[in-house]
Amino acid sequence: MTELTMDPPFTRLRWALADGWSVARRDLIHWIAQPMTIVFGVAFPVVIALAFGYLFGGAVDVPDGADYFAFLMPGMYGMTMLFGLGATMVAVTTDLSRGVTDRFRSMPMAPSAVLIGRAVADLLNSVLVLAGMLACGFAVGWRPASLGGALGAVGLLLWLRFALLWAGMYLGLVAKDPGAVTAIQTLEFPIGFLSNAFVAPGTMPGWLGAVSEWNPLSSTVAAARELFGNPGWGGDSWVAQHAVTMAIVWPLAITAVFFVLSVRLYQRLDR
Amino acid sequence: MAAVLAQGLRKTYGKKTALDGFDLEVAEGTVCGLLGPNGAGKTTAVRILTTLLRPDGGRAEVAGFDVAARPRLVRRSIGLVGQHAAVDEVLTGTQNLELFGRLYHLDARAARARAAELLDTFGLEHPGPVKEYSGGMRRRLDLAASMILSPPVLFLDEPTTGLDPRSRGEVWKAVRALVSTGTTVLLTTQYLEEADQLADRVSVIDTGRVVAEGTPGELKSKLGGDRLDVVVRDAARLSEAAGIVGRVAAAPAEVDQDTRHVSAPVVERVQALTEVLAAFSAADIEAEDIALRRPTLDEVFLSLTAA
Ligand SMILES: Nc1ncnc2c1ncn2[C@@H]1O[C@H](COP(=O)(O)OP(=O)(O)OP(=O)(O)O)[C@@H](O)[C@H]1O
Ligand SMILES: [Mg+2]
Repeated sequence: MTELTMDPPFTRLRWALADGWSVARRDLIHWIAQPMTIVFGVAFPVVIALAFGYLFGGAVDVPDGADYFAFLMPGMYGMTMLFGLGATMVAVTTDLSRGVTDRFRSMPMAPSAVLIGRAVADLLNSVLVLAGMLACGFAVGWRPASLGGALGAVGLLLWLRFALLWAGMYLGLVAKDPGAVTAIQTLEFPIGFLSNAFVAPGTMPGWLGAVSEWNPLSSTVAAARELFGNPGWGGDSWVAQHAVTMAIVWPLAITAVFFVLSVRLYQRLDR
Repeated sequence: MAAVLAQGLRKTYGKKTALDGFDLEVAEGTVCGLLGPNGAGKTTAVRILTTLLRPDGGRAEVAGFDVAARPRLVRRSIGLVGQHAAVDEVLTGTQNLELFGRLYHLDARAARARAAELLDTFGLEHPGPVKEYSGGMRRRLDLAASMILSPPVLFLDEPTTGLDPRSRGEVWKAVRALVSTGTTVLLTTQYLEEADQLADRVSVIDTGRVVAEGTPGELKSKLGGDRLDVVVRDAARLSEAAGIVGRVAAAPAEVDQDTRHVSAPVVERVQALTEVLAAFSAADIEAEDIALRRPTLDEVFLSLTAA
C-alpha cells in the first residue's frame, strides 16, 4: 500500500518505537494502579514452588543428594515464563474485545506499535515476576553458583519468554475472545509436567521421556540449571547434552514462526 | 465535496451478507444519521469507512481520501467512537486522553494541555479511574478521545445505546457542541428520536442497504408523521372506534382486539386528537387512554420496507 506522504524509513521506525512505548506505558500505569496484579503474578508460581518443594521434595530422588529446591527452582523459573503465555493472550483478547485495538487501528499511529507495546510491557512484567521468583528461591535456600552464570541463565529464561510472547499474541489474535483463553491456560500445566521442570524425563515411560526432553521448556530449564550451577538430571540424549544451544535455538525458532504469523494476522484484522 | 462517500459497498461474513450495495453521501459540515435495527449493517459500514474493515466490493472516500488506497490519510482525518466504549478502565480520564494524545503524536506537554482542555469541555473532572465513571461519562470520554486532533470527520456508532435519558441528553449536548464547530458527523442509531434530534439528513438502512433517505421531516411525512393511540373501554365498540380514528387519520386504523387498542398515523396531531375526542363523545364511546406518540422504529421499517 503506497501513501502520498510516505515518511522516510528512519522516521517511521522512530514513531513505531515511540508509539510502542506509549502503548506499553499503559500497562505500567496499570501496575501502579493495581499492584495486586503483580503480587498475584508472583504469588501464583511461588505457591506452586512451595507446594511442590515441601509436598514432593522428600519423594523425589535428586542427583548428588542435593536439596529438591535447588533442583526445583530453575524449573519453576521456566514455568513462570510459560505462565506468561496465558498472560499475553489475556491482554491481547481483552483489548480486542473491548474495542481498544480497534481504536488504535483507527488512529494515525504506527500500526506495529500495538504489537511492540504488548511485547515490551509483557517482557517487563516477566522481569518483575522473575525477580520475585528469584527472591523466593533465595528464601527457600536455592543459590546460584556464580553471578555471570546466573545472568546467563536469566537471559535464557527471558529469551524463552520473548518467544512465548509472540506465540501468545498469535493465539490471542486467533482466539479473539477472553473466554477462550482459559482453555489454553489449562494446557500450561501439562506442558510443564511434560518437561524436566519437576521430575527427570528419565523416570517417565520411554516415549513420554523423549517428548519431555524435546520440550523447549526442558532445554531452557536444563540450560538454566547448568548456568546457575544447580543439580540437573543429566540425560544421555543429544538434546539433553546440548541444553544451552537448544535453549537459544528453540525460542529463536518459535519467535521466527509466531512473529511472522502474529504480524500477518494483525494486518489481516481488516478481513 | 462530500466528506463521506460510499458507493455500492458490499461485505459478507461467510454466507452472511452484512452490506449489500450500500450507498451514502454526507456533505461537509452536516450530521448524517444512519438509522437501522440490530444487524442492519451499521457497524459494518462504519468499520469500512474508518479503515478497520476491507469491503468485498464497492468503494468509499472519507475527507477526500480513498479508504482502501490511503488508509493513513483517512485515519489522520477521522475520529471514531465505536459501539463499545474503547477507553482504558484502569486509567483515569486524564491518563486515557494523554495516552491517545501521545499516540496522535502530540508531545508530552501538548498532550497534557489538550487532555485538560477536553476534560473541561466534556465536563469530566473526576479524578478516579474510568471504571468509576457512569455510562454517560464513559461515552463522553470516548468522544473526547476521538476529538483530540479535532478531526474534520467524526464517526459515532450508537453513541447512546444503553444510556439512561439523562446521560443520553448529556451525550447529545456534547455532539451538538462538536457540530457547531463545523465537524462532519456520521452517527448510527436505532432511535428515530436521536436521528431527529441530531441529524440534518437520515439514511435508513435495512439488511445491508439504504432503503430511504431524506431530512427527518421528509421521512416523517412519508410515514404520515405521528401516531394516535386509543384504548377503548368496551370491546364491543372497537370497530366503531376504529372507523372514527380511520376517518380522521391519514390511513386506516390498526386494531388489536386483545388489548382493545386502535392506532393510526396522523398528520395534524392536535387537530386529529381534538376531532377524535369530539367524535367519541358524540358517539358515546368511552376511551380508557388516548395518546399521541412518535412512530416506533418497527413502524418505520414496516412502512418503508413494505412500500
Ligand atoms: N465478525 C462477524 N462475523 C460474522 N457475522 C457478522 C460479523 N459482524 C457482523 N456480522 C453480521 O453482519 C450483519 C450486520 O452486522 P452489523 O454489526 O454491521 O449490524 P449493526 O447494524 O451494527 O447491528 P447492531 O445494531 O446490533 O449493532 C449482522 O447480521 C451480523 O450478525
Ligand atoms: Mg452495530
